[in-house]
Amino acid sequence: MGSAMENQEDRETEDVGGPESEPGPVTTRIRARFGDASVSTGNAVGCESVIAERDALLPFMTFLRDDPKLSFGYLVDVTAVDRLRLDEEIRFAVVYQLYSYKHNRRFSVSVPVPEADPRIGSVVSVWPGANWLEREVYDMYGIVFEGHPDLRRILMPDDFGSYPLRKDYPLHGKGERDNFVF
Amino acid sequence: MPSEHMILNFGPQHPATHGTLHMVLELDGEMVAGATPHLGYLHTGFEKLGEYRSYNQFVTLTDRMNYLSPLCNNIGYTHAVEKLMDIEITPRCREIRVALAELSRLADHLLCVGTAALDIGAFTAFLYGFRAREVLYDLFEAVCGTRLTTSYTRVGGLLRDVPENFAEMARESVEETLRATSEIDRLLTHNRIWRDRTEGVGVLSAEDAVAWGATGPVLRASGVDWDIRKNEPYLGYEAYDFDIPIGRNGDVYDRYLVRMEEIRQSAKIVRQSVEDLPSGPVNADEEHAVLPEKSEVYESMESLIYHFKMTMEGHGPTPPVGEVYAATEAPNGELGFFIVSDGSREPYRIRVRPPSFVNFSMFPMLIRGHMLSDVVAILGSLNVIAGELDR
Repeated sequence: MGSAMENQEDRETEDVGGPESEPGPVTTRIRARFGDASVSTGNAVGCESVIAERDALLPFMTFLRDDPKLSFGYLVDVTAVDRLRLDEEIRFAVVYQLYSYKHNRRFSVSVPVPEADPRIGSVVSVWPGANWLEREVYDMYGIVFEGHPDLRRILMPDDFGSYPLRKDYPLHGKGERDNFVF
Repeated sequence: MPSEHMILNFGPQHPATHGTLHMVLELDGEMVAGATPHLGYLHTGFEKLGEYRSYNQFVTLTDRMNYLSPLCNNIGYTHAVEKLMDIEITPRCREIRVALAELSRLADHLLCVGTAALDIGAFTAFLYGFRAREVLYDLFEAVCGTRLTTSYTRVGGLLRDVPENFAEMARESVEETLRATSEIDRLLTHNRIWRDRTEGVGVLSAEDAVAWGATGPVLRASGVDWDIRKNEPYLGYEAYDFDIPIGRNGDVYDRYLVRMEEIRQSAKIVRQSVEDLPSGPVNADEEHAVLPEKSEVYESMESLIYHFKMTMEGHGPTPPVGEVYAATEAPNGELGFFIVSDGSREPYRIRVRPPSFVNFSMFPMLIRGHMLSDVVAILGSLNVIAGELDR
C-alpha cells in the first residue's frame, strides 16, 4: 500500500511523449511556405499541433486546406480555451481541429487571442462548417470572429450579458436566471 | 396577387423535434424559403460543469448528452482520458466496450429509423423498432444496472464485469434487432409512399458534406467512404470483419438505407466480439489511475484507502499537463473530446465535439426549396438529439 503514494510523485513528472520535441511533417511543410518563425509546436498528445499567429490566419488556413501535401479538407472542431489560470501571457486560445481525408491525418492549430482585443478572423469562407462552431465560441467566450456572416449567440438568450465558459464566470451564474422573461 | 413570405414557428415542442428545438421557417406558400434554428432551450452547461468535476465524475454527465446511446458517449470520453494519461486497457475491457458500443449503435439506429418513419406517418415501423430496443435495454440493465443513464466506463476500465450470460443475451438481442430490421425493411424500403417522401429530399452532395464537416451516416449517405472505426481504428476495431455502407445520392432515403445497413454490420461486430471474449480483469493494472474493484473495497483495508485516495476531493488521478483530442465513431458520427489538463484532478477545459450540432447546422441549407412537410423528413434523417445539440 505504501508504494501507492510514492509512485504517484513519479507519475506526475513522467513524460508522455507529446510531439513537442521534433516538428512533424505538417509543421515542416508550413515552415517551408511561411517561414521558420510562422509557427511553434504545441503540446497536444497523439497528434501534431502548432501555435499560430492570428494576423495571417486566413491565408494560413487556406494553405492548410488547399496544399496537396496537407489537404485538411475537414474542419472537425473550433473551440477556445480561457487560459486565465494557466501560466500563459495571452488569455484566450482558439483551437482548431483539422482532419485530412486524403492523408488520414489529424492536426491541431491553436491561436492565442488577447483579452483586450478578443477578435480573430472567421474561417467560414474556408470551411462553411465553421459557422455554428464559431458562433458557439462567440457565445461562450465573447471572442468576435471578424467576417462571420451571421455572428449571433447560439445557445444562450440574445440578451444574455455574460460569457459562461470564461473562467471568471461562476459555476452558479450571476443571477441571470432570476431575470428571465418567459 | 402579391405574395408575402409567411413566418411559421416550428417547435420548440413539436413532436418531430424529440426534445426542445425551435425553428423559425420562412414560407413562400407551402415552400420553405429559409429556416432559422434556435437551440439552447436545454443548455445544460456540461463543459462548464466538467471543469468542476474529477475525471471519473464526468462520465455521468456524458450519459445525458446523446441519451439514445449513452454507452457510446461513456466509451468516447474515457477513450480520450486514457489517451491523455497513456493508459492501456485490458483485452477483455476492449472487447466488452466494442460489444456495448455496437449494441448502443443498434439501439440508436433502430430508434432513429423508427421515429423518422413515425414523423412521416409510418407508425408500425416505429413500434417494431421500439420493441426491439426494449430487448437491448434489458441487456444494458443487466450489464450497467440502469437502462438509460448507464455510466458504465471508468478511466482505465469498467464499472464492473459483465454478467455471466452476457454473450447469450447479446446474441438474443442481436437476433431480435435483425428481426425488427427486416420487418421495417419489408415495410418501408420499397414502399411507394416512403420513397416518394424521402427520395430526392434534402440532398447533400459529397463536397458540401465534407466542407460542412458532416460525419456519420449523414456523410456516408453522400458517398464519402469514411468511418473512424476503419480509418483510425481504436479499441481494436481493425480485427473485426465488417463493411462500411455508402450511399449514392445523399438524400433522406439514402440516409435511411445507410442506417439500416449499419445495423446489420454492427450486429456482425457484436457477434464476433462476444464469440471469444477474452478472460482476465476488466480494469487496467495502473495504480493511481484506475479505481479498485468495488467488491474489494468492501473487504480489504488497502482497497478502501486506495478508493478514498482516488475519489475524495483533493485526491484522485492526475494526468500530465497537455491537451488531447480523441474521436470515436458514435452512431451519429464523430464524437470528439478535447481535454486540456493543467495537471490537477479536474480537467482544465473539456470540450465535446458533438456530431448532432455540426450535422444540424446544415439544416437551413438542406431544407431550402422543399415543402413544409419535408421539414420532418429531413429533421428525422439528421437524427438530431437535443441533449447533444446544447450540451
